Amino acid sequence: MNREEILNNIKDRFKDCIKNFVDKSPKRIYIDIEPKCLRDVVCYVFKDLQARFNTASGIHTRVGFEILYHFSFDNLGLIISLRVKLETDKARIDSITPIIKGAEWIEREMHELLGIDFVGHPNLKRLLLAEDWPEGVYPLRADYKEWDKNSIRDRGVKE
Amino acid sequence: MSIKLKALLKSPWVFHLSTGSCNNCDIEILDCLTPRFDVERFGMVLAGSIRHADVLLCTGSVNRKCIPRIKKIYEDAPKPILVVAVGECSLSRGLFIHSYNCPVPLDKIIPVDVYIPGCPPKPEAIIAGVVKAIEKIKANIKNNKQMKK
Amino acid sequence: MSRTIIPIGPYHPLQEEPEFFQLVVDGEKIVDAVANIGYNHRGIEKLSELKSFDQATFVVERICGICSNSHPLAYVQAVEDIIGADCVIPERALYIRTVTAEIERIHSHLLWLGLAGHFLGYNTVYMWAWKEREEILDILEELTGNRNNYAMNKIGGVRRDLNKDSFGGVIKRLNKLIEFMVMIKKAVLDDPVLHIRLKGVGILTQKDCIDYCALGPTSRASGIAKDVRKDEPYAAYDRISWNVITQNEGDVFAKVVVRILEIFESIDIIKQCLRKMPDGPIDAHIKDIPPGEGIGHIEAPRGECFHYVRSDGSNRPVRHKVRAPTFMNLPTYKQSLIGQTISDATIILAAIDPCYCCTERMTIIDANNKKKTFLSQEELIRLSQKKTEDIKNKMGIK
Repeated sequence: MNREEILNNIKDRFKDCIKNFVDKSPKRIYIDIEPKCLRDVVCYVFKDLQARFNTASGIHTRVGFEILYHFSFDNLGLIISLRVKLETDKARIDSITPIIKGAEWIEREMHELLGIDFVGHPNLKRLLLAEDWPEGVYPLRADYKEWDKNSIRDRGVKE
Repeated sequence: MSIKLKALLKSPWVFHLSTGSCNNCDIEILDCLTPRFDVERFGMVLAGSIRHADVLLCTGSVNRKCIPRIKKIYEDAPKPILVVAVGECSLSRGLFIHSYNCPVPLDKIIPVDVYIPGCPPKPEAIIAGVVKAIEKIKANIKNNKQMKK
Repeated sequence: MSRTIIPIGPYHPLQEEPEFFQLVVDGEKIVDAVANIGYNHRGIEKLSELKSFDQATFVVERICGICSNSHPLAYVQAVEDIIGADCVIPERALYIRTVTAEIERIHSHLLWLGLAGHFLGYNTVYMWAWKEREEILDILEELTGNRNNYAMNKIGGVRRDLNKDSFGGVIKRLNKLIEFMVMIKKAVLDDPVLHIRLKGVGILTQKDCIDYCALGPTSRASGIAKDVRKDEPYAAYDRISWNVITQNEGDVFAKVVVRILEIFESIDIIKQCLRKMPDGPIDAHIKDIPPGEGIGHIEAPRGECFHYVRSDGSNRPVRHKVRAPTFMNLPTYKQSLIGQTISDATIILAAIDPCYCCTERMTIIDANNKKKTFLSQEELIRLSQKKTEDIKNKMGIK
């Protein structure tokens, strides 16, 4: 399939789910989709179009969370990023680990660093942070403050 | 003077501990063993266990997960032990000073005797640092002997 | 539960918990494995938000010491992707980027070769490979000024120019390296002991590679011909001719062969670049980064390195996401370790070539016995070396 066919297929099949479609450059596409359609779109892109899952980036903005799922079509050199937007109090979304086994670790990382809940993840435990890291403190959030009274940060840029 | 210190000066066994580093310093330490620098001819070997070591080489910017480990290793080490901090990260956490996962520098957890700066320090610098440390101990021992007289 | 702690890597010889890999064994066979990482997590993504775009290049260099050129290159390409088509990198800068990336690939594969030799009991290979690696580090010092952390990449080009007078010496040293690699290649491909020791060990099937999204030599050894340098060419890779190396079996032997052949390919790429390098500027002098988002990905020695950067028009990134190749390759240990024996565990894990700044060590849990036992790192590597010895004795080779 060439680039136009892939994009038209996605647009036709999921026209109810797509909120915004940005064709940034020949190699970069950004598609905003509804959170409830995530599983179907990911299943189609990974299994039927046979794209490779690169990684997922979670961002905490002033308005809420955004998660971008990056898929790569290696034979075309194209990367399609699916973006879902979530509210900060309702940070819950379906996990794609049942579809793509390689997504297990990145979802665990986003769970502990941003506090997003992935429904249906087989093993949502801590991956990177220490056991004595307090619950409910998420480092990558925009409002993270230093909680450790014993830490020493006596030089450089003041936060 | 104890037999242990005498032995340390002749052929120090080195134990290498990485507390969350990018591995550049670790590889430069291993480079010291390779044929170009070859510290084995001075008797310096990598010890398999801290219980056999005379020198503790630390690299890395002290990750939160590693802090209990560092304390345990230092407790298990047979005293006297020479602690050498290799690389900017173990000196003061380097550019990771503002990282949420690196709360304190190494010398607030265990006492450090020798600091070798560099990012990473070249093998020549590491060898020079360890030799300087040994000279320092020799000088201390001489001073102590003279004072006793 | 009976625990046996086994560290991986000759420079993390620690024995006490906490463990990194928990292998559940039944007798000699491994039945399950669980990973526990986080010993090198330094919060670099959060740190990038405190630095300016140019300063973040230096932070990113220190994610990993062995691939210290790959991460800045991917980051710099991500920022250039935010700017889009208006950002034109000068030709000479593209060739310099290619040369540094390929020299780094050679030194990383030689390092891995030495470690693999050490785990298998071929300590001469360990010492010789690292001795040859010193020559490569000399080339890097002559060209860029430092053995590691060479800081060549910059948003819009490269920081320093290469001196044409040193090219002759570089090519001479590369030719000497070719002689060494020819000897290694013959020794590996013809050694019957290595064939028995490594063939059929730790097989990763093509289907598992696709499910776990494995990358780099790990997946190329299973027959998947994907390489970012061919799929989405960056730097000067589309201006020179080179081949993607694949093997089909997916076992440890195939991974060794892929890495050895990639060294030859890299030497060829460097020679072509040094011959074809045009004169001209090395920097596009980019001043401001517009708001937007960009993705940069490159082929590091271990696989695809992926960076995502978002900017809001100020001089600091709003979000910088880093994904190292080992993050996707490491979970494949589940498939390649299960069913294998303990003495093969180190070499199978080493064949994934984990960037050691993410890996620490392993423990073993006996599924039947419930006692705690400790095996030191030396003992584990000795187990692996002993297996090679036994094979040699059986075949009557000294």
